[in-house]
Amino acid sequence: MLTIRNLEAYYGAIQALKGVSLHVLPEEIVCLIGANGAGKSTLLHAISGLVPLAKGEITLDGVSLIGRSPEEIVSLGISQVPEGRQIFTPLTVLENLELGAYQRFRRERRRQISREIERIFQLFPVLKERRSQPAGTLSGGEQQMLVIGRALMSKPKLLLLDEPSMGLAPIVAKEILQIIRDLRESGTTILLVEQNAKMALSLADRGYVLETGKIILEGETSELLQNREVKRAYLGKGRKGFLEE
Amino acid sequence: MIWNKQMECLPRKQLEQIQIERLQSTLNRAYKNVPFYQQIFEQNRIIPEKIRSVADLAHIPFTTKENLRDNYPYGMFAVPLRDIVRIHASSGTTGMPIVVGYSANDMRHWAEVVARIMTAGGVSKEDIVQIAFNYGLFTGGFGLHHGAETMGATVIPASSGNSRRQIMIMKDYRTTALVCTPSYALYLAEVMGEMEITKGQLALRVGLFGGEPWSESMREEIERKLGLSATDNYGLSEIMGPGVAGECQEKDGLHIAEDHFIAEIIDPDTGQVLPYGEQGELVLTTLTKEALPMIRYRTHDITRLNPEPCRCGRTHVRMERVRDRTDDMLIVRGVNVYPSQVESVLTEIEGTSPHYQIIVDRKGALDELEILVEVKEGFFFDEMKRLRSFKEKVEEKMESALGISARIKLVEPKTLERTQGKTQRVVDRRKQR
Repeated sequence: MLTIRNLEAYYGAIQALKGVSLHVLPEEIVCLIGANGAGKSTLLHAISGLVPLAKGEITLDGVSLIGRSPEEIVSLGISQVPEGRQIFTPLTVLENLELGAYQRFRRERRRQISREIERIFQLFPVLKERRSQPAGTLSGGEQQMLVIGRALMSKPKLLLLDEPSMGLAPIVAKEILQIIRDLRESGTTILLVEQNAKMALSLADRGYVLETGKIILEGETSELLQNREVKRAYLGKGRKGFLEE
Repeated sequence: MIWNKQMECLPRKQLEQIQIERLQSTLNRAYKNVPFYQQIFEQNRIIPEKIRSVADLAHIPFTTKENLRDNYPYGMFAVPLRDIVRIHASSGTTGMPIVVGYSANDMRHWAEVVARIMTAGGVSKEDIVQIAFNYGLFTGGFGLHHGAETMGATVIPASSGNSRRQIMIMKDYRTTALVCTPSYALYLAEVMGEMEITKGQLALRVGLFGGEPWSESMREEIERKLGLSATDNYGLSEIMGPGVAGECQEKDGLHIAEDHFIAEIIDPDTGQVLPYGEQGELVLTTLTKEALPMIRYRTHDITRLNPEPCRCGRTHVRMERVRDRTDDMLIVRGVNVYPSQVESVLTEIEGTSPHYQIIVDRKGALDELEILVEVKEGFFFDEMKRLRSFKEKVEEKMESALGISARIKLVEPKTLERTQGKTQRVVDRRKQR
């Protein structure tokens, strides 16, 4: 579905991605793990067309994404859930969701969009309860649900999730985790970026380890969990466990 | 049957994507963790991220057995020793062996690729697999064992030697799959004759043979004498061990596990990469090895690659059966022997000049190794006792260095035939047959 070859991208003057190649197959959850500044978010932004001057190849079902505008990329079927729950706080929950269908609004009838909103409400019943509330009054977890719901409004083939557990209480993070699992069950393909490597590896089918803009390991998540280098660097053992490793 | 249909029958385009991803991460890890590769890359001004395709591999220098020897024992490992769960060794060109290590994931991948060649060779989980390869530092026994066990087959770790017992086990335990070297399979057939056991009394169905070159006529002979379907498989310890490639039921070339290894054919003299179909030396690059990544390792095995789709459905390229080598390595009873190993043993022992001749022959089904050693002037040929103890000393040292026994024959000075002042080091009479 998504194929990336030799992707290079700059974050200001810094080369954030140095020849990254990866792929995501239909109905797969693939995760990208790595430390702060490894280039994870830059990679998602490059896919979404938010990084000017990205070099290399990015194709979605054979269609090249390089040089396309973010709007075009959304209409080709990629939707990104940005890091840090970027919602429109003064707008209501419903309005936020409607904005997610902005691309489709002109093309499709309002009724279809309402049907889509109903589907999102089924997925996240709490959003239905709060439909008329300003989005800014939602809790952290609810806001995260709203961003995911908003991204789903464009009916993406591929969902890019940037740090969905960030800043959430563990119990809420778990809830989000379950939602991502449900999404996969319903056939959504996901590329997930997470600093919480343990969570990402327990959720995804395959993973890539990014280090200073380069992929240094890849494989099935069961294998990455076995890799002692991954354990030492990303699975943050307690001090005792660390010494034992 | 196909063990891993998804990977073994992957469309070439997807396979190529997986290869480039894994190649890049292997290069990044080798550069980061192995001083030898860091040095090679820096000396040749190679930046790992500039390798953008499999074809770009041609810019990277080869890795040789000598590099492994120079970094003996653990210098080429890409992970700390505490991450290594298994050590094996293979014969080096001189006295020093080559040490190879495996991480937990490497062991899993090894079992996976062996399960593939076993399935391709016709083994299923219903089979009783007798593994008559040496279990020890040599990768053969344990490598094939893990693969068979992973498949869920019933494994009999018979190990090598004691042929009468092997046959007794085959008969009584109802072995259905035999795994050993092809020459040992023929030898077993001979011993069966001596024991008056016929193939009809055995339950053998399939045989996986490897570790040494063998011919189509030998295949027919084994199949006829043991009443089984015989396939060839290929591997080498430096890369992983058995499992690198294996024949399918078409018996027309060995499928290389291309999601784990990249195969190239080069001109052994110039190092130039040759196109598919041309004969040359096989060069292998590992794609998933964590403990000991090998980049463009020269195997010294002569073969050619066939990219044509196979009727079995597998998409991985096939290599022709290996018949020859670019170096002087001999394979005797499945064990790799270098003339230089013999030479270094002889120079160590006082009283021998380095004039020697290695004679390999096949008596019946078994290889025999004889080493003629020219002694210096004034040697004590007239003292039987001293002579015998000297001969025994050489035999003992030779066996511990080579890993197989050799018959030593001492000859008078200047009796070995010399061409242009040099002794012909190796006479392989097996080839003359």
